[in-house]
Amino acid sequence: MLNNILPAFLVGGLLCVAGQLLMDLTKAKITPAHVLVGYVTGGVILGGLGLYEPLVRIGGAGATVPLSGFGYTLVKGAIEGAQSGGILGVLAGGVQTGATGIAVAVLFGYLTAIVFNPKG
Amino acid sequence: MSESKLRPPSVAVTQEEYKQLTEKLSPKPTVLKNVLSAFVVGGIICSFGQIIVNFYMNYLGLAKTAAQTAGTATLIMIGAILTGFGVYDTIVKYGGAGGIIPVTGFANSMVSPALEYKKEGYVFGVGGKLFTIAGPVLVYGITSSIIVGLIYLLIR
Amino acid sequence: MLHSKRAGNQTVVFKQPPVILAGYNVVGPKEGQGPLKDTFDMVLKDSYAHEKTWEKTEMKMLETSMKRAAAKANVPLDSVDYNLAGDLLNQIISSNYAARQIGLPFIGLYGACSTMALSTALGAMLIDGGFASKVLCSASSHHETAERQYRFPNEQGNQRAMYAQWTVTGAGSILLADQGEGPKITSATIGRILDYGETDTNNMGAAMAPAVADTILNHFQDLSRQPDYYDMIITGDLGMVGFQLLLEVLKRSGLRLSNNFSDCGVMIYSSEQDTHAGGSGCGCSAVVLTGHLLNKLKSRELQKILFVGSGSLHSSVSSQQGESMPAIGHAVSIEMN
Repeated sequence: MLNNILPAFLVGGLLCVAGQLLMDLTKAKITPAHVLVGYVTGGVILGGLGLYEPLVRIGGAGATVPLSGFGYTLVKGAIEGAQSGGILGVLAGGVQTGATGIAVAVLFGYLTAIVFNPKG
Repeated sequence: MSESKLRPPSVAVTQEEYKQLTEKLSPKPTVLKNVLSAFVVGGIICSFGQIIVNFYMNYLGLAKTAAQTAGTATLIMIGAILTGFGVYDTIVKYGGAGGIIPVTGFANSMVSPALEYKKEGYVFGVGGKLFTIAGPVLVYGITSSIIVGLIYLLIR
Repeated sequence: MLHSKRAGNQTVVFKQPPVILAGYNVVGPKEGQGPLKDTFDMVLKDSYAHEKTWEKTEMKMLETSMKRAAAKANVPLDSVDYNLAGDLLNQIISSNYAARQIGLPFIGLYGACSTMALSTALGAMLIDGGFASKVLCSASSHHETAERQYRFPNEQGNQRAMYAQWTVTGAGSILLADQGEGPKITSATIGRILDYGETDTNNMGAAMAPAVADTILNHFQDLSRQPDYYDMIITGDLGMVGFQLLLEVLKRSGLRLSNNFSDCGVMIYSSEQDTHAGGSGCGCSAVVLTGHLLNKLKSRELQKILFVGSGSLHSSVSSQQGESMPAIGHAVSIEMN
């Protein structure tokens, strides 16, 4: 069990390093929002090309925890949807696999926002 | 009618010269320090995620994909709560991309505007602002996955 | 022009220099821990100060500094002719609400971070022009209200650039009068907007330096003075980067620089406070003027200063559209005789 933690650390760390370089070496217009959108889309594209699967096999959570992992989940669902249900499968597939993540994000986002107050 | 001439600036520096001056005198980001911090913080969060997934698989007997989904959900919870306690912005100050890119950072980007705009009401404040950043992520994530799915259909 | 008090292109000289009878300021906890902590009249314990929103806190800070500046000057509030104030928020809402509490004829101003200098200049013009005998001039800013309007929600994770500045939580007011004892406003130079194409809203110092330099150059040209006329030339909030740029631009424009330049944004925080390039916001120059500078003038450590407010006049929308940042600088000379 413990032997998948080091690969998770390394793969996750490297994926974050790429993002940090993107933020530091480009013009200041790159905000956290741009990075997140870039990573989810990147995960979709790499997943579609079959290049993200090996990252997940080697790094486990190191590849699924970064937001690119969510993109990979979406595109995997879309492709599986394509295989089983044609166009309707494509449309539904991505959202279906991403559903749990989205639901939890909305639920906990809402609950936390109600309970806490910003500190500044 | 003649156009009135504006008195030119008294400053004896052109825009081009000033751009170069600004470039020279503005401190650059401490790239090496930032990259190392991003590596460590991002690595720690992902390792923590892996420990959670392992726990779900080995102690709760979940299948691999289910454990990964549950792990992601757990991290979203943790990121939301740390944002509520006012701690997550400090994590990103030091860890940079290491705090932004993991799904905990995504949770932070949802909760922080919702928290901030609570004073502006629960419908437009909390409800609306939850999706300030999550919105673009979902729009681009879902749209691109559909496009890739359609391309896959066409190629087959 | 009949009875002209104008000098050169942009400067006016006051025939009967209005007097600063008193000043008062309120700052947040971070400012109260900085190098100027002993010069502040009131230091809040936290960013909320028992108010429900940060916006209410800022309004209360401004109301307090207005009322107490008049009290310190031994002037009944209802004998003040005009209340001039401004802040950073949309529709200058903090000033509108504070002015509502004060109840005097109100002129709202927007000069971004140059508002304190702008309100002082205009207040002096109203008095020397015979339109008022007493004027309140104020400005305020609050770190959290500015952050949520211009940048990011306060709990959102974000790495600030090394040249970024920290918005000061502070409100400052002065009571100007046509007679009395105190430092006198002797001249004012209203600036014009200069835009040198800076689009990075994190680098406001760089956006403002050319405009501030332009105002300074015109002030000295209009009055045929040299920088060594003043004991100190102090800019509002150029911050460490903008300040270096200012000195370089002034040098290249032929001004004989002496060692008497400083900047409120550089003075208000220490490097241990990790604000990166220093303080910014309307409150920055307002609280430094009403505390540190007034103290030094009254004790005659400084006899003649040139106070130059610096403002970046962009909006949250303009910067999102990729537009550059227009900036301005306003100068007032304050002298003890």
